[in-house]
Amino acid sequence: MTAAPSRQDRPLIVAGYGMAAHRLLTALGDRGDTRPVVVFGEEPHPAYDRVHLSGYLEEGDPEQGARRLRLPEIDAPNVTLRLGERVTAVDRTARTVTTSTGDTLGYETLVLATGSAPFVPPLPGHDLPGCFVYRTLDDLDAIRAHAQANPGTGVVIGGGLLGLEAAGALRGLGLDTHVVELAPWLMPRQLDAGGGEALRQHVENLGVTVHAGTATGEIRPGPDGAAAALALADGTTVDTRTVVFSAGIRPRDELARQAGLPVAERGGVLVDTHCRTEDPYVYAIGECAAVEGTVYGLVAPGNAMADVVAARLTGDGTRGPFGGADADTSTRLKLLDVEVAGFGDPQPDGDVLDVTYADPVTGVYKRLILSDDARTLLGGVLVGDGEAYPALRACLGGPLPDAPDKLLFPGGADPGAGLPDEARVCSCNNVTKAGIVAAIDAGTTAMPELKACTRAGATCGSCVPLMKKILDERLTATGRTVSHALCEHFPHSRRELYDIVAVRGITTFSQVIAEHGSGRGCDICKPAVASILAGLRGGHVLDGEAATLQDTNDHFLANLQKNGTYSVVPRVPGGEITPERLIVIGEVARDFGLYTKITGGQRIDMFGARVDQLPAIWRRLVDAGFESGHAYGKALRTVKSCVGSTWCRYGVQDSAGLAVALELRYRGLRSPHKIKAAVSGCARECAEANSKDFGVIATENGWNLLVGGNGGFRPRHAATLAADLTTEELIRYVDRFLMYYIRTADRLQRTATWIEDLDGGLDHLRDVIIGDSLGICADLDAAMERHIGDYTDEWAATLADPDKLRRFVSFVNAPGTPDPSIAFEVEREQIKPVLIGPDLEVVRK
Amino acid sequence: MRTDAILPADPRVSRVTGRVHTGSIATGDWLDVCHHAELEPERGACALVRGQQVALFRTHDGTVHALSNYDPFSGAYVLSRGIVGTRGDTPTVASPMYKQVFDLRTGRCLDDPEVTVPAYPVRVRDGRVEVALP
Repeated sequence: MTAAPSRQDRPLIVAGYGMAAHRLLTALGDRGDTRPVVVFGEEPHPAYDRVHLSGYLEEGDPEQGARRLRLPEIDAPNVTLRLGERVTAVDRTARTVTTSTGDTLGYETLVLATGSAPFVPPLPGHDLPGCFVYRTLDDLDAIRAHAQANPGTGVVIGGGLLGLEAAGALRGLGLDTHVVELAPWLMPRQLDAGGGEALRQHVENLGVTVHAGTATGEIRPGPDGAAAALALADGTTVDTRTVVFSAGIRPRDELARQAGLPVAERGGVLVDTHCRTEDPYVYAIGECAAVEGTVYGLVAPGNAMADVVAARLTGDGTRGPFGGADADTSTRLKLLDVEVAGFGDPQPDGDVLDVTYADPVTGVYKRLILSDDARTLLGGVLVGDGEAYPALRACLGGPLPDAPDKLLFPGGADPGAGLPDEARVCSCNNVTKAGIVAAIDAGTTAMPELKACTRAGATCGSCVPLMKKILDERLTATGRTVSHALCEHFPHSRRELYDIVAVRGITTFSQVIAEHGSGRGCDICKPAVASILAGLRGGHVLDGEAATLQDTNDHFLANLQKNGTYSVVPRVPGGEITPERLIVIGEVARDFGLYTKITGGQRIDMFGARVDQLPAIWRRLVDAGFESGHAYGKALRTVKSCVGSTWCRYGVQDSAGLAVALELRYRGLRSPHKIKAAVSGCARECAEANSKDFGVIATENGWNLLVGGNGGFRPRHAATLAADLTTEELIRYVDRFLMYYIRTADRLQRTATWIEDLDGGLDHLRDVIIGDSLGICADLDAAMERHIGDYTDEWAATLADPDKLRRFVSFVNAPGTPDPSIAFEVEREQIKPVLIGPDLEVVRK
Repeated sequence: MRTDAILPADPRVSRVTGRVHTGSIATGDWLDVCHHAELEPERGACALVRGQQVALFRTHDGTVHALSNYDPFSGAYVLSRGIVGTRGDTPTVASPMYKQVFDLRTGRCLDDPEVTVPAYPVRVRDGRVEVALP
């Protein structure tokens, strides 16, 4: 061991790198703290979102799954992450820790954030192969590998919150899933008997078998020595090769025990309300800590503890000790597609008033518990419909803002402004209504900023609708309008304009701006209305007045490049092209002196064409059977593909064939932004469907449909909308997805942010396009059929119309003259543009 | 092989316009450009006038405006291909390259008041559009 540096130079050491530790680092950074910090994480991964663990398995690929759960990266020069390394001992006298690699390191302060371990009841057979816990990404990998090798039945022991999550994961892996719960109903800590029964009904409707009120007897091995059957105390036997324990957690307090620090009676590092142990240099946060004896197994209290420690270490007096609302164990989550929420005390003692609503048909159960004078909300349970949760939880311990029946039923009062200032809107990050209002008053006017600056809504997201309501109300109340206006010419959003144009049967921009707008339009509203009209009325983009509305790309049906030339992209559906057509592209590019490049969308872009050359170029291309690739439009671009099962040894479906069919189906479809798509022939995902607006990945049983991905400035991963679809189902859902997007998205809004902005997000989308919850599917289907029926190639139609061709000149008074400002030089055997300074003076005052 | 890929080497020849500088050009002359009807309403077109690229814009009431076709923000000759519209009462064009908006009457950039592109006198006589160049 080297000589310890002076104690002032020693780092803050954090033992464990889960969500609480991550929050601690963030909270220190927010307070401008730059002391050296060393974090030891046992897992090889940086901290990830353990709340949404089942999302990991929804992604076929572990890397993508991990990315989906990733927390914001800690990128501070003072923080050192040591992953795959664990603190094994603490010497409180020397103030050093020893790690699993044998290293010894001095600390200024030590924060224990070692989390918890799943509790595995010591049943006979609990350690057989095939028995798992549900806690880490490695656990999930092991469960997936085992379940894939052993299809059939899977059992989860434990019907609490995490157990139902695990059941969802097993079901997602294709197992016939059973859940065993010792208590008489599911989620006994959060729900009452009525709520538990309603939840059971939902869960069983999904094909999950529930065994409640019974203990597990033993797990019996098969001839191979691995788990083969589960015997329950009630005499039932379930044949299963996969058993997942989710019967509670135990705090990992072994470091405290080893270091001689007190632990709570039922485990957990004993700390005071400042999260400090008996040793003033040692703190504990998260699931390993017992604050005044109580262990909290939820994210929100863990975050609160991290905030308390960060405030204390930095001398920030604005964050008081842990207590009050910090200990709130309210939960709302979606388990197995069922919304479940519990808040406050669901089973209080003493005289209380109960307001209960139960609908056995829909499985909706709602219960409010009020003090006997009906003045104070003590708790409640919501199953099947959690919409009222954010408002109700915020009122916990205070008066209801409205009559209970109004709060419990959809369409009831909206308690945004009615909430008291101290109501906690976001419990994950402990943000009150006052905090949100302060941020709005400081100038925040949009949801993404509001989330970023208050951090509310950034963890579980359940309070986002309530935040939006508070934002809108506050802006209105302070005279700042919530502007959805497209531009100065229209007070409407794109969606509103779409509806206006649709309902009024408007066919021209002149009419819509005369009747519903002001001025003469601009480069924002003109293309937006042109796109709406294209979607609703069809017709050629250069027909009559429509031509004047188009951005230069649509105006010349080509892509403007930096020197005023254009590039040309013929459609190559699915990236599949015959040698003859490849030769034509080569010949055209050669004959017109164009630079050629293969694009990311699996086609060929030809650069450097002057506007007056475009018709001749396209004459050659159209004659060879090419069509416009719409690279210039806010429209469907490409459907990228791999070769699929036709050629590939690993392919399970004909991805290239499907990609060609989809690209031909949606070609020419004008939309609020460009649309990119891909089809992969197996889970290896060579076509990168995960980064597309809609992506399709082949499975043994059909196709998985993913939506909302994109590359670009803010890359997004697509999320699974539906799995194992037939080709017919897939096409139907994509049809509806695209049409619903075209109808309701904002201008230049890609599908990812559009889905985020939908009230209810992906679930809402699923309800609309699969469940037809809005009753518009027939309409969406008909609109797509109309688009397909009306499709004509824009370039072929342009070449056939002298009126449309007239604009393809460099100079109106000298149609044959090429633009002399366009010049090129040669680089790597191809042309590249040369920009020349102006002949004319630019006045810069 | 395209010939315009070769840069003119003679220093008397404008690299931009190909125009040969042989002497001073008379200013103030009205120069005939094209038929008014050749200009699409609420759209621009470019004309080559005495070797200079002039962007012509016809607004909804038939008025014609003339600016240099040179976009100072991108360095390309493209202003005539922008979308024509209004900002308040000001008739405008938005550069197709990076979307800065210019006043069609004065050439002043509304998004960057330090930048102005040349605006030229323009009139319509007997259905013909005429501009005066400096």
